[in-house]
Amino acid sequence: MQNHFPLWKNLLILAVLVLGIVYSLPNLYGDDPSVQISVSDATDITEIQLTQIEGTLIDASITAKAIELQGSKLLARFNNTDDQMRAADLWRNSLSNRYIVALNLAPATPEWLRSLGAKPMYLGLDLRGGVHFLLEVDMGAALKQAEERYNSDVRLALRTAKIRYKSVAFENGAIKVVLRDEQDKLLAIAMVDDEFRKLDMKVDETQPVIYLSISEQEINEIKKFALAQNITTLRNRVNELGVSEPVIQQQGDNRIVVQLPGVQDTAQAKEILGTTATLEYRKVDTEHDVQRAVRGHVPAGSSLYYERDTKVPVLLKRRVIITGDQIVDASSGLDQNGSASVNITLNGIGAKKMGKFTKDNIGQPMAVVFIEQKSTTTMVNGKKVRRKEKIEEVISIATVRDAFSKRFQTTGLDSPQEARKLSLLLRAGALAAPVDIVEERTVGPSLGQDNINKGMLSVLVGFVLVLVFMAVYYKIFGLIANLALTFNLVVIVAVLSMLQATLTLPGIAGIVLTVGMAVDANVLIFERIKEELRNGNSPQTSIYLGYEKAFATIFDANITTLLVALVLFGFGTGSIKGFAITLAIGILTSMFTAILGSRMMINWIYGSRQRIDKLSI
Amino acid sequence: MTKQIDFLGKRRFAAIFSGLLLIASIASLATQGLKLGIDFTGGTLVEIGYKHSVDLKVMRAALEKASFDDATVQHFGSTQEMLIRLKPREGLSSAQLSTEVAAAANAAMAESGDLRRVEFVGPQVGEELTEDGGLALLYSMFGILIYVAWRFEYKFALGSVAALIHDVVITLGFFSIIQLEFDLTVLAAVLAVIGYSLNDTIVVYDRIRENFILLRTGSAEEIMNASLNQTLSRTIMTSLTTLLVLIALALLGGEIIHNFAIALTVGVVIGTYSSIFVASPLVLALGVSKEDLMEPEIEGSDIDAMP
Repeated sequence: MQNHFPLWKNLLILAVLVLGIVYSLPNLYGDDPSVQISVSDATDITEIQLTQIEGTLIDASITAKAIELQGSKLLARFNNTDDQMRAADLWRNSLSNRYIVALNLAPATPEWLRSLGAKPMYLGLDLRGGVHFLLEVDMGAALKQAEERYNSDVRLALRTAKIRYKSVAFENGAIKVVLRDEQDKLLAIAMVDDEFRKLDMKVDETQPVIYLSISEQEINEIKKFALAQNITTLRNRVNELGVSEPVIQQQGDNRIVVQLPGVQDTAQAKEILGTTATLEYRKVDTEHDVQRAVRGHVPAGSSLYYERDTKVPVLLKRRVIITGDQIVDASSGLDQNGSASVNITLNGIGAKKMGKFTKDNIGQPMAVVFIEQKSTTTMVNGKKVRRKEKIEEVISIATVRDAFSKRFQTTGLDSPQEARKLSLLLRAGALAAPVDIVEERTVGPSLGQDNINKGMLSVLVGFVLVLVFMAVYYKIFGLIANLALTFNLVVIVAVLSMLQATLTLPGIAGIVLTVGMAVDANVLIFERIKEELRNGNSPQTSIYLGYEKAFATIFDANITTLLVALVLFGFGTGSIKGFAITLAIGILTSMFTAILGSRMMINWIYGSRQRIDKLSI
Repeated sequence: MTKQIDFLGKRRFAAIFSGLLLIASIASLATQGLKLGIDFTGGTLVEIGYKHSVDLKVMRAALEKASFDDATVQHFGSTQEMLIRLKPREGLSSAQLSTEVAAAANAAMAESGDLRRVEFVGPQVGEELTEDGGLALLYSMFGILIYVAWRFEYKFALGSVAALIHDVVITLGFFSIIQLEFDLTVLAAVLAVIGYSLNDTIVVYDRIRENFILLRTGSAEEIMNASLNQTLSRTIMTSLTTLLVLIALALLGGEIIHNFAIALTVGVVIGTYSSIFVASPLVLALGVSKEDLMEPEIEGSDIDAMP
């Protein structure tokens, strides 16, 4: 019995086939247009809230296909996109801004498949439409901010400890502290040792001077923090947009990938994410003359700014009271006098700093500075030079009326629109360090669908062409190879669905290519069988030898292609990775289906026959 | 085998043919280079679809008026769709740039088009992608060299890598001569060509090795010729099925995937040719002998020792 598989082998192959069919099934059901509602602080949605949400829908006589509650998330499925849009608009207007309303395409996978954990393939942005951004965090700016902060912190600490100093200034990458005498120097050293452990200290032996620089470890910490903080901020901004499955990920040391699948209004997304701004609250310098500063005599400890719209010069203290990343919430509204205002809530650190500041500064004006980083690329002598331009504008000046800390109100804004815009910028959070958009890929929803249709059509046509070709050339054996190829396609789809690997347009091309190349194993085997027949072997022996001898060749040939797929995966970005994944999966599954799958069928047909005159090959 | 084709006997013609192709490719690559896409050069690309067909002359004039003088405009797929390309610009973020271009185009068309695709690649990212792409090519060649040297022998490794360089240079040369746009997906296709062509070469080498060990008579040239003939029908069959799906992909897969499919089609044709006419003659020229393949094959020496 040369051509007979043991029972376990047959069962294994059949089990893979059944699993393949089950896990590729979800891809046949399509999507439901749906709306996802989640609570911004991730608390669970209660029964009462659920009835309220359902109630608004019934009042507007929109029927939902299904409403599912999953902890802090609610998913409402609709019959068509019209109902979906209407419901989303309705909820956006009627629910408070604690809720995030997002459009979504929820897979219409039946319950029994979902209970098995079967999901459809995860489509990449080029297929479902959406925005991809690659943002680069300006670490130089993050470090500079930290240096400035330490600079003023050191001054403050010296003053608080009543150590008299001549000057504290930034010089050659270090803070140079010049003290009055040796005794003060000793006090200062003790103070720095005590309070600024993260600074490296160098003491001048001959003069009462010490140099403080940020330690290597602290620099790494600052960079890590800037990146983490920016990711959090971007997440907040994305939540403001209402996207159902956003991806916000760190890439490398200083980059962040933001992917917003299925975003309809790409312009809005770009506007809000693209705001690479930071915010700072500073005290207005009322002791010095602004006009003198405009003429070039800016007093030490202050800087000259201009108001955004009126371009009126303002003199502000260098010392920052709080930065935008300490703002927890901001909402627009009206004050007692009916003029537009913004209500702001700070986090613990921010509240403490703000409390301390306002207690001493009642009646003093305070300004909000909006800082935007723009980078431009120019050609100088044929070489690209990147230049950064920092735009700093005062967007609001308000007088401190009372001592406050955690919650306060900014009043006196020009219009409700102005208030709304300010609150959005404050709420969405400031970035710890400015970011540049270094790559953007936007695919409109119509193109995404187009890509799916064209990709699927070419898979289908290519597949049918190969089927016909094989059946004509190899007859019965060709049909077996065709079954194996179909089996292969099912398993590829099942594996992609199970891994939830991203399917991209080049990924579909990879599947097409695999279809073409997967028959190679069968071609190799069949040609070998033909050869063995010509050499005068019996049909049974020829089948046996054909499979045996072709195996090493198939293995060697596929390993090298796999090697290339791995290199592609390692170096590629986004859509190229998709190609590498489908190619690699296709190679592995084709070895299984073309060698074992086809052999099983051939064994069934020919294996038990005593005499075969001729093989239909 | 019914008919034996003397492939290796024609290796001089093949060398001349390959030589000419290589010279033409290198000359074109050196003089006019590749028409690199924005993935590598950096810049902005905007694809817009309209209900009416777009008059490119009117569109160019309108964009010029809106001070996008460096914009190149072309139809994409149909006359209702167009692709606008811009070089990297100063002072404008990608978000602003694409919005402004779309606005200018919509004004010229007197209808609001469907913004189908925006791609912006910063110059720095472009440089990185170019570097990564080059490295990917190098690493895959190197990996293959090691694998083939380990599984076969260094002469085979050199032969296969030389054939791969031949295929890659000619595929790139084709893109340079025709001035088809070369973007990231095309680079992926070139890497896939390496995989495919190697697959073909390995199958032939495998048979050469087997025959060197099995056949006792005949010169190296005769044995290699026999091997090429034995694998010929497989080589043709697989190339044909692969070409069938690639043609389907090129014709039906849409504009974005079109150049990818073209690159693979050219690569598969060249790769099939090179596995017969470049990889094997090179191994012969390097002076491969039975002894080269005997030592690592323990089974082979067993067969030899048998009476």
